Amino acid sequence: MAQERYFRPEIECADPAQLRKIQDERLVATVKRVYEKVPAYRRKMEQAGVKPADIKGVDDLHKLPFVTKADLRDEYPYGFLAEPLENCVRIQSTSGTTGRRVVAFYTQHDVDMWDDCCARAITAAGGTKEDVCHVSYGYGLFTGGPGLNGGSHKVGCLTLPMSSGNTDRQIQFMTDLGSTILCCTPSYAHYLAESINERGQRDQIKLKAGIFGAEAWSEEMRRDIEQKLGLKAYDIYGLTEIAGPGVSFECSAQSGMHINEDNFIAEIIDPNTGEVLPEGTKGELVFTCINKEAFPLIRYRTRDICVLKREKCSCGRTLIKMAKPMGRSDDMLIIRGVNVFPSQIETVLMNCGYPANYQIIVDRGSNHTDTFDINIEMTPEMFGDTVRDVASREKELVAAMRAMLGISPKIHLVAPKSIERSEGKAVRVIDRRKI
Amino acid sequence: MSLEQISVFVENKTGKLNEVIKVLAANKLDIRAMTLADTAEFGILRLIADDTIATVDALRAAGCVVSLTQVLAVELKDRPGSLAKVLDALARAEVGIEYMYAFTSPKDDGAYVVMRVQDNDAAEKALNEAGIRVASKEQFYS
Repeated sequence: MAQERYFRPEIECADPAQLRKIQDERLVATVKRVYEKVPAYRRKMEQAGVKPADIKGVDDLHKLPFVTKADLRDEYPYGFLAEPLENCVRIQSTSGTTGRRVVAFYTQHDVDMWDDCCARAITAAGGTKEDVCHVSYGYGLFTGGPGLNGGSHKVGCLTLPMSSGNTDRQIQFMTDLGSTILCCTPSYAHYLAESINERGQRDQIKLKAGIFGAEAWSEEMRRDIEQKLGLKAYDIYGLTEIAGPGVSFECSAQSGMHINEDNFIAEIIDPNTGEVLPEGTKGELVFTCINKEAFPLIRYRTRDICVLKREKCSCGRTLIKMAKPMGRSDDMLIIRGVNVFPSQIETVLMNCGYPANYQIIVDRGSNHTDTFDINIEMTPEMFGDTVRDVASREKELVAAMRAMLGISPKIHLVAPKSIERSEGKAVRVIDRRKI
Repeated sequence: MSLEQISVFVENKTGKLNEVIKVLAANKLDIRAMTLADTAEFGILRLIADDTIATVDALRAAGCVVSLTQVLAVELKDRPGSLAKVLDALARAEVGIEYMYAFTSPKDDGAYVVMRVQDNDAAEKALNEAGIRVASKEQFYS
């Protein structure tokens, strides 16, 4: 096995006590700063009866109030901004959608910190300046492309800013320029793998590693991609609110993702009571940013259900590991890497004038791509006497769904009252994916 | 003069049409004419009922999605060339046809064509000028 590489060995393999000291200092400074600079934090802390002086280190973290997605929505866009806008150089935004959009701000320091996190992920996947890093995450407001792009620059790889889509071009660059590291969503990696094999071009690619995240994927899918592309597949985790991809990353052990603890403190809480749970217990993942200037969220509830474990990793890193998230504590679905809330589908139906009952069915096809179907009960408003009328309304609905969600569902118009109900309540979501 | 046609949404699944027709049977409702348009996902059952109001009420009460459309019925001789005359007249008047269905009448060698056209008034005028009779409600139901 190749020798393990580290981008920041002094952090990644630090003595836990030393790392804790960095966390203590950074947390205290961050809390003091947001209390002084961000009215929303001051208000929250006053309501909770906490003063910056009460926070002396990580042990006091539990005293601070949580920040939720709803708080971000209420304070949109500048409410949690901790730096004057003139000091900010970038925004990124969630895939989201009316009412749920989160805009995150970055100073140059924040971009550097984030790039550094992604550089650690790329290095852990074996990346060096000799590598050709093929970034097929979307570029733009989505954090995937910009994050890995920045990390790849930091490592010194030759960076191919491919963005997503246009499979022909992806494969052409991959073969012509000899890409060695592929960064994209696991479902797109699988799609590329199938396309490459179908064209009989497997022997023309030089990929050795893949960094795949932004959606849930199974071990089975990992093995499948690894086998089809002849690479080692590494998981990566992140969210726009906290930074983007690189909040945590996988190492050669492939047994959980190391959290960049010098930048983010992770906690697991009981999603119902908010109580902090001991290490190794399943609960909701909460992050506190301790090395960010513009948008340092404190105790942000990710809604991801997960387990943390601190153990001596075979890779040599001492950073705490998080398991792959096992689900959500809210009704959010991640479909083809995009966040979807059932309430958004309701909004589209309302906006189109159809007070219809609906049901979302998500499954994972044999090609590992999520299928996304919405059954919609026919209403008199939607019905017309010609096939053309009904089909054009259905088409409008698909377009409106696409505009709201960022992905197109397949819509099925079904008979009124045909959607199954449990205790009188329609079953809104059927997720058949086994991940 | 136009007739009222009832359109019913039917899912394209085995047994769904039967559910609708059973409602008619249970309520002893007679139908004069019907046709079924289908797509991969759904169908539209179009029918002309003896008692439009009672039929619509019964279907709605059974949870069906129903709409009413004004269609034209034309009375023809059951002979080759009859329908061509009708379509000629409409084409000359540039009246488009959305859909149509036809059935023969058991009495006096007659046939009926039911049409949904873009403009009922223009269609009726064009047909009258060509000497083609648009069936009245009374005729149609007699």
